[in-house]
Amino acid sequence: MYDFAYHKPATVADAVKLLADPDAKAISGGHTLLPALKHRLNKPSALVDLSGIAELKGIRRAGNAIVIGALTRHVEVATSAEVKAAIPALAYLASHIGDVQVRNRGTLGGSVSNNDPAADYPAAVLGLGATIHTSSRKIAADDFFLGMFTTALEPNEILTAIEFPIVDKAGYAKMKNPASRYVMAGVFVSKSGGNVRVAVNGAGPCVFRQAEMEKALAANWSPEAVAGIKQAAGDLNTDIHGSAEYRAHLVTVMAKRAVAAAG
Amino acid sequence: MNVVAPFEGIGASVRRKEDFRFIQGRGAYTDDFNRQGQLHAWIVRSPHAHARIKGVDTSAAAKMPGVVAVFTGADMAKDNLGGLPCGWQIHNKDGSPMAEPPHPVLAVDKVRHVGDPVAVAIAATREQARDAAEAIAVDYEVLPAAATMADALKPGAPVIHDGVANNLCYDWHIGDKAVLDQAFAGAAKVVSLDLVNNRLIPNAMEPRAALGEFDRTTGDYTLTTTSQNPHVIRLLMGANVLHIPESKLRVVAPDVGGGFGSKIYHYAEEAIVTWSAGKLARPVKWTADRSESFMSDAHGRDHVSKAELALDANGKFLGLRVHTYANMGAYLSTFAPCVPTYLYATLLAGVYTTPVIYCEVKAVFTNTVPVDAYRGAGRPEATFLLERLMDVAAKETGIDRVDLRRRNFIPTDAFPYQTPVALQYDSGNYHATLDQALQSADWAGFEARRAEAAKRGKLRGIGCSTYLEACGIAPSAVVGSLGARAGLYEVGTIRVHPTGSVTVLTGSHSHGQGHETTFAQLVADRLGVPVAQVDVVHGDTAKVPFGMGTYGSRSLAVGGSAMVKAMDKIIAKGKRIAAHLMEASVDDIEFDRGTFRVAGTDRTKALVDISVAAYVPHNYPIDELEPGLEETAFYDPKNFTYPGGCHIAEVEIDPETGQVSVANFTAVDDVGRVINPMIVEGQVQGGVAQGIGQALLEACVYDADGQLLSGSMMDYTMPRADDLPPVSVATHTTLCTHNPLGVKGCGEVGAIGSPPAVINAVVDALRDFNVRSLDMPATPAKIWQIINGGRRMAAE
Repeated sequence: MYDFAYHKPATVADAVKLLADPDAKAISGGHTLLPALKHRLNKPSALVDLSGIAELKGIRRAGNAIVIGALTRHVEVATSAEVKAAIPALAYLASHIGDVQVRNRGTLGGSVSNNDPAADYPAAVLGLGATIHTSSRKIAADDFFLGMFTTALEPNEILTAIEFPIVDKAGYAKMKNPASRYVMAGVFVSKSGGNVRVAVNGAGPCVFRQAEMEKALAANWSPEAVAGIKQAAGDLNTDIHGSAEYRAHLVTVMAKRAVAAAG
Repeated sequence: MNVVAPFEGIGASVRRKEDFRFIQGRGAYTDDFNRQGQLHAWIVRSPHAHARIKGVDTSAAAKMPGVVAVFTGADMAKDNLGGLPCGWQIHNKDGSPMAEPPHPVLAVDKVRHVGDPVAVAIAATREQARDAAEAIAVDYEVLPAAATMADALKPGAPVIHDGVANNLCYDWHIGDKAVLDQAFAGAAKVVSLDLVNNRLIPNAMEPRAALGEFDRTTGDYTLTTTSQNPHVIRLLMGANVLHIPESKLRVVAPDVGGGFGSKIYHYAEEAIVTWSAGKLARPVKWTADRSESFMSDAHGRDHVSKAELALDANGKFLGLRVHTYANMGAYLSTFAPCVPTYLYATLLAGVYTTPVIYCEVKAVFTNTVPVDAYRGAGRPEATFLLERLMDVAAKETGIDRVDLRRRNFIPTDAFPYQTPVALQYDSGNYHATLDQALQSADWAGFEARRAEAAKRGKLRGIGCSTYLEACGIAPSAVVGSLGARAGLYEVGTIRVHPTGSVTVLTGSHSHGQGHETTFAQLVADRLGVPVAQVDVVHGDTAKVPFGMGTYGSRSLAVGGSAMVKAMDKIIAKGKRIAAHLMEASVDDIEFDRGTFRVAGTDRTKALVDISVAAYVPHNYPIDELEPGLEETAFYDPKNFTYPGGCHIAEVEIDPETGQVSVANFTAVDDVGRVINPMIVEGQVQGGVAQGIGQALLEACVYDADGQLLSGSMMDYTMPRADDLPPVSVATHTTLCTHNPLGVKGCGEVGAIGSPPAVINAVVDALRDFNVRSLDMPATPAKIWQIINGGRRMAAE
């Protein structure tokens, strides 16, 4: 990696100040940024290590929602009694991110801010209709994910927490890329009263909602309701592991499985 | 108290001595060595598959912080360095030698694959060297690339090496074509199959590394390197590249974290650090990062073949015709030419009595990383071809696939058996290994398991492979006549110390195989010395006599046999000393596991009595015998060894996703006499893991421009623990008849026997979809395509 300055602020306000430098980068678990630095694909002037900011940590219930601090590691979400009781699908998703090492280091805020199209968390954020809290505002999930590795976050805006509404039912299913074990196609479904959300990750350049499936499930919450719905392959990814057509097919399969898992 | 020592000899599952240091993280690997004043090298590699080098500007790099030197191919040319040599020469059908273009250490005029080394920056730290390397400006004129064999053979294809017409390295064949054509003319049935044997990237856990040193006082060079055969590196690099006499060049291969063939070869980086250390009179270290490994370690496999089998009306094989294109990559790696010829075509008889075989092999240069031997080397390619062909032939003749194999097995009483493709098998019992595997895998009960899986929505299949391989390479005179530029004997020294402990010096090299234990067991078995008192020294040309190293499952069969010969000399000398000490005739001295006895009496001497007498020769037959108790033997095998057996895979497919999972795997192998059953089991399991990796997961993919798309673990699927099933390993032994231990070798059988068993099982699982040909790896996307295509056809 190239040389960089290293800062470890204690407050969000200090971190925001440090990130005013457009070439500085925030780091939490570092599971995406560090490999990029080692490959010299990224040359930040400074790393702003968020791990010393106490206010970014922790899981708490707030009314009809679970609020999870940005620095919360995947393993903490996966094993949280609070999360398991309130939104078991979210704990399940977290328990299946990467491998043990990734789950022990990677954080919710890091994953969602990075918005890797093949990451798990964006599917839950969008599929549950969560609200993203930042250093300066609150952003609805539907307005947050803008494109591949792109979000609504401003350069010096820090994701501080995510507020996940507690829903009636939710489920997640994914097919892993055989090499990277990132998501090749995943679907997160949720139902809260008459409100149904279906979020697709891995398959396209950015997590997206599947409107046709949402409509079908609102009318009939069952795997069969989505079994006949074909995802258009047009905008999906093609790589050496699978074509857009294959991913489109997997979206239907994973949607069925996610609904079945939600019960 | 009377303590009975545990049996540690041949047949005991002694725990691996080396694991004490490995498990505690105390292994000493090349990158762990750091010397006073050491510098670090970073190699500039070509980003293009094929380009002309119009200029290299190192001026900015040379001024960077910490930089001591920047070298290019032109600097090496000034020192008259040689190119990287090829150790095997194949001859064309017409008798002319293969095309053998130069392989410069650093590219001079052209680069020929992504990763081809162009320059080296040497600096105080690795990061500084890397910074400098980035500042080296190479002016490339990008040329069209031939990324595949088809591209390289097309009319008007890019010329990769001047003077190599059609990018063809050689056009070789074996067998009698006219006789074969006759056999086909009389056949009741001809079955043909097109196959691709997928290209693999070895990915040993420890990346390659090299540390060069030069002693200004003595003029001695030392290279510490990740090698399976340090003497071979010393010979090739000293004689061909750097022109350093072997007396002035020491090569050390310390603990090495896996090789699988990829660490046999002499690589550019070894020559770069050794030469640079001499130029700068400072130690120079290079350690590959994983990305470099992907584009600079020799790759494996990469065959495209057409196979045709002629059968009579009873399913007896009449003849086999094979045409193969073998990818050499951009340059000839050390042993590349022999892999698709003498390690492949000679294996095409397999375990069958096919009377006539003809095989033609065209070796092709492409703008890709050089290809060389990788665990199994040629034999997995032959086995995959044969065992896939068996299942297709069974289907097309209507003969049960197990029965078809049995009808054509070499009978158990037919050994020694001369095949039509040069090899003579010494022993084997293919019915026995097949029977044992069928029983162990409950082949007969499979249909019930398939029906049960169907209820769960899964497609279950079973497949077998009855394979044979030739290893324990090899008789020097034979391989010499076939083009090898080296002998393939092995050396062993047994040094019995005055107080009775033993040091073994072996030319074999252990990089995961457990030699320090298995070889100690040979000493425990023969000389009665406890394993704890036997140290095995390997991997250092300054300590060990000239040996040939470890590959081709040869360490025990060849290296172990050398040790046995040396121990026999120890025992013979010991008997003479014992006869003197006990005032008996040497003819009356018997020896059994550490004790010399005057036959028929209770007069004995322990080995330690003899060693003390030998090194403190106060009472010693000094007129007849030299003092000391140390013997060296070289062993040149009389034949290859021929492990074989039966592998059975059972798979389940999720038809919705195309995901294949291996439910069970059964291996019954005849590896000859088993020294340490636990180590054999581990070796077979490791080989099977790699075989399943090839069958289901691993694919080296280049795009049309020669860019490596599978250039990291993000895209190259290495097998992980949860990809692998329980592997049941059993052995059925017939002894090798021509080496003193009766051993055959177990290092490669897992990787050789397993891929076709897995693919045959996948094809069986897809029996409703009429699959004839299925190239590896059987990825979910590929399987889904078959299933989806099949459904679509059924719908239409």
